[in-house]
Amino acid sequence: MSNVVHAFTSTVPVWSPYVTPVDLASATPEQMAAMQVTPSNKGVSKYVLTLAHDPESLAVRSPLFNLIMYGKDGLSSAERELGAVGASVVNRCIYCAAVHASRFNGLTKRPEVIEAIFKDELEAKIAPREQAIFDFSARLSTTPSQLVQDDADALRKAGLDELEMLDLVLSSAIFGWANRLMHTLGEPLEP
Amino acid sequence: MSSTTVMSSATLIEQLAGIEPGSALAQALSTRAEIMRLSQASHDAVLVPKEPGGLSHGLRAALAARMARQNADLALVAHYEACLARTGEVEAVPLSEPERQRIAAILRHADMLTLSPRDATRADIETLKAAGVEEADIVRLAELAAFVNYQIRVLAGLKVLRGTR
Repeated sequence: MSNVVHAFTSTVPVWSPYVTPVDLASATPEQMAAMQVTPSNKGVSKYVLTLAHDPESLAVRSPLFNLIMYGKDGLSSAERELGAVGASVVNRCIYCAAVHASRFNGLTKRPEVIEAIFKDELEAKIAPREQAIFDFSARLSTTPSQLVQDDADALRKAGLDELEMLDLVLSSAIFGWANRLMHTLGEPLEP
Repeated sequence: MSSTTVMSSATLIEQLAGIEPGSALAQALSTRAEIMRLSQASHDAVLVPKEPGGLSHGLRAALAARMARQNADLALVAHYEACLARTGEVEAVPLSEPERQRIAAILRHADMLTLSPRDATRADIETLKAAGVEEADIVRLAELAAFVNYQIRVLAGLKVLRGTR
């Protein structure tokens, strides 16, 4: 049996659910549609099979997630990934942090940013613009009601425009969602 | 399209965020209109699903109101209390002992999902199963809490973005 991963890593673990995933062979047409199973696409992850227990949510969440993380214009892809990492560090979702840290590294070729974050977590010291993005994401993820004007002003000072700031709110917030699924419904195992 | 049409088609997040029309933030939100539309569709999918399973529409609205209160978002509390009133499930009804235990376990888990998701372990899911919560309902509950906590964060973020100059 594989070991559970407890420390932050940019090596993507294997996600293993605590509940029984939907059996693809006996999935309903609505579950098949929500999982986007087509004759040409039959590779469905355990995560998607687990979420297929609630096909109505899954069917709308997938396009929402993709637009927030991969939509055009606004905040750069790497900086959206940094927002995702900030939330995942706060919520200690080892799996989400690994996936999005590795994407950030792939986009930026600067692994030292993630190394600093995984070492010092919320105390990490990184370059000014990335610091503002990471700190905002962490603050929004911890206690949203305690967010203050200074938090948004720090983004403005770091040079983010309105659309970039909105994209950061969305990419951090969607991990308030993703972490609550990934981290509570299963665990990360060594690959 | 008249301005009345625009107002009436505004999603819940846009209604509650109090964005000044014509502002730079309003423009950014119109660029992300499809995200707002899908956020509204997600709200409907977790609050009033066609297939609610073991989480009735009333229980879902009551849990969402509790999550909003735990995050001090009173406008959102009012929204979910109005949703609860519309379900008609507002009278206290006597519960059997197994059903009382199932609801108590759901409530405890919802609180953890909202306030301390980082502390979640396999034991939390085993506790739900032992209290008679079906596996599909465990996923439904996670989606409900996850969505409401997303919505709370979008609203909190918009509130501070609104004031930046």
